[in-house]
Amino acid sequence: MTMASPLLQVRNLVVEFPTRRGALTAVDDVSFDIAEGEVLGVVGESGAGKSLTGAAIIGLLEPPGRVASGEIILEGRRIDTLSYEQMRRIRGKQIGAIFQDPLTSLNPLYSVGRQLTETILTHTDMTPTKARDRAIELLTEVGIPAPERRIDQYPHQFSGGMRQRVVIALALCVNPRLVVADEPTTALDVSIQAQIIALLKKLCREHGTAIMLVTHDMGVIAETADRVAVMYAGRIAEIGPVREVIKNAKHPYTHGLMGSIPAVGHDAERLEQIPGSMPRLTDIPTGCAFNRRCLHVHERCFKDRPDALPVEDSRVACWLYDSANAMSLDEAKRAVASKETGSVEQANV
Amino acid sequence: MVAFIIRRFIQSLFVMFVVALVSFAMFQFIGDPVNQMVGIETSLAERAALRERLGLNDPIYVQFWHYIVNAVSGDFGLSYQHKRPVADMLLERLPATLELSLVSALFSLIVGIPMGVYTGLNRDGFLAKLFLTISLIGISLPTFLIGILLIFVFSVMMANAPPIPVFDLFTIYPSALQLPSFGRGTTVDIGSWRTGLLTTDGLKALIMPSITLGLFQLTLIMRLVRSEMLEVLRTDYIKFARARGLANRAINFGHALKNTLVPVITITGLQVGSIIAFAIITETVFQWPGMGQMFLLAVQNVDIPIMAAYLMLIAFFFVVINLIVDMLYYVVDPRLRVDAGKVSGHG
Repeated sequence: MTMASPLLQVRNLVVEFPTRRGALTAVDDVSFDIAEGEVLGVVGESGAGKSLTGAAIIGLLEPPGRVASGEIILEGRRIDTLSYEQMRRIRGKQIGAIFQDPLTSLNPLYSVGRQLTETILTHTDMTPTKARDRAIELLTEVGIPAPERRIDQYPHQFSGGMRQRVVIALALCVNPRLVVADEPTTALDVSIQAQIIALLKKLCREHGTAIMLVTHDMGVIAETADRVAVMYAGRIAEIGPVREVIKNAKHPYTHGLMGSIPAVGHDAERLEQIPGSMPRLTDIPTGCAFNRRCLHVHERCFKDRPDALPVEDSRVACWLYDSANAMSLDEAKRAVASKETGSVEQANV
Repeated sequence: MVAFIIRRFIQSLFVMFVVALVSFAMFQFIGDPVNQMVGIETSLAERAALRERLGLNDPIYVQFWHYIVNAVSGDFGLSYQHKRPVADMLLERLPATLELSLVSALFSLIVGIPMGVYTGLNRDGFLAKLFLTISLIGISLPTFLIGILLIFVFSVMMANAPPIPVFDLFTIYPSALQLPSFGRGTTVDIGSWRTGLLTTDGLKALIMPSITLGLFQLTLIMRLVRSEMLEVLRTDYIKFARARGLANRAINFGHALKNTLVPVITITGLQVGSIIAFAIITETVFQWPGMGQMFLLAVQNVDIPIMAAYLMLIAFFFVVINLIVDMLYYVVDPRLRVDAGKVSGHG
């Protein structure tokens, strides 16, 4: 197969936190690609390792967290082994980042314009005057009214939504190829969330920038992403095209996750919930990490860790889809979609 | 901003008024001033005449009013002991104390801030831990002991140590490192200001007293900058600055250090006041002819006018420094400049 090599390749990434009682594996053997201009959504519960995966890609894991093994390859160049200084030149220039809380992402003591121009000047050879013109242009692009006046104002003079627009301008100011957006709308008003997501998507489409969108908001993913990776206990449970994952979830966890999302207009049903909770890092079971909560477990799930098996357009880490399994693909899909329990009895709530 | 300064100015006036009240009260409660001024053989009639002449028979509030009016015009009365105007005596000694305080404040800032930044950035580094350990000494040793130790090493030992030859290449003469242990050295008069900053001798004489006086402030500033740096380095905007790929220098000394400045300015302001006020001990150890030394002598001799005037002067310094500190906040933190613009609506 001769495909253009993807923009970002993550191969068997493992992120560990060394502790006195041995290393805790927070991201365990995660692999995925992001193509040029693609929006990859990464969803999962808190602690599933989605933010850490993003931090590992931009090279800003907080110590003592570290990439224990695996590879991160950006445009054919391996970046996880680069020195801090080499990685610094990539950050901002080739990979932009957007964080959760726009209220605290900007330095309160510097004007918005100064923060923009210093980023531009760090990565380009522009003159300060040209950098300022570019900053005004960027503020216009992200929809800040009267940018010539606003550029000299300080972050506290902007509202939350406006600040996140400034943060987006900062992340995109030297046209990076990839933006890692870690919960970019979580701290915002619901009414503003949609605006910000629409803006981010529009700008990235215009500039051909790929986005890794980390969130726990399935609504945002459904609207924005091309593909989605579902993470559970540091592993990818399922990764595939967004429609497939949402409409036709294959992994029992994904299926449970989709069932637990309230939808306006479906008021008759009770929301489903997945029994139990995600295991802590110190307590991840052998075999499949989801085995204690899964409705379809069988013996093998307690022994062997499932590989990411290709199923239709997705990859799913579940033994139900193993070719050695007695069930056919259709049977397996039906089994997951039904609410019947599998071979092992589970206390249902 | 202007309204704020005016408000602070009025508050300062109030503080000065209260201090004046306290220092005036000293005249009333610490012994009878007439007894301090006259000899044993002075007759009762003479004492009564003196009492009348000094206005001590007036009602208290009249006396207080006179005291304030005189103080505002720079008249703090005559020293009981020296029979000279207290204001003149203080002014003579003011330059010595101010120069010593200024140099030791600069010393503690110029050394303390970089050390604080360094120990904050290299939290687990060997040098950082060494700095922190040594700084414990600076905090726990009393000032006079540090002064005496410095004198012992740099004035006594250096003077008596024999030359040390280094592999026949050159010889170290410890006596060349010897520092003067008392007095201001050679001074130059500029108008009424007697400065020791213009001669090598005067500068040399400043070294040990300023280190003695500034060491505690240095460790305090270092530890404050360190803990503030640790705090700021954890914030989202520093994380975001790293994500933007800014150079470490710009992040550490621009974004991070600037955000530590507000508490550092506050503490430095208070400490500069303390340096001036607590120069007393250092001045005594090094026989430094400043106000502190004069104050101690005044206490020994119950020379109340000097004590009262000293109290007022120190309070004045504190008030002025605090006013400057408040204005510096405005310079550093744009969030306080409320009138600079309005917060926009949602969007």
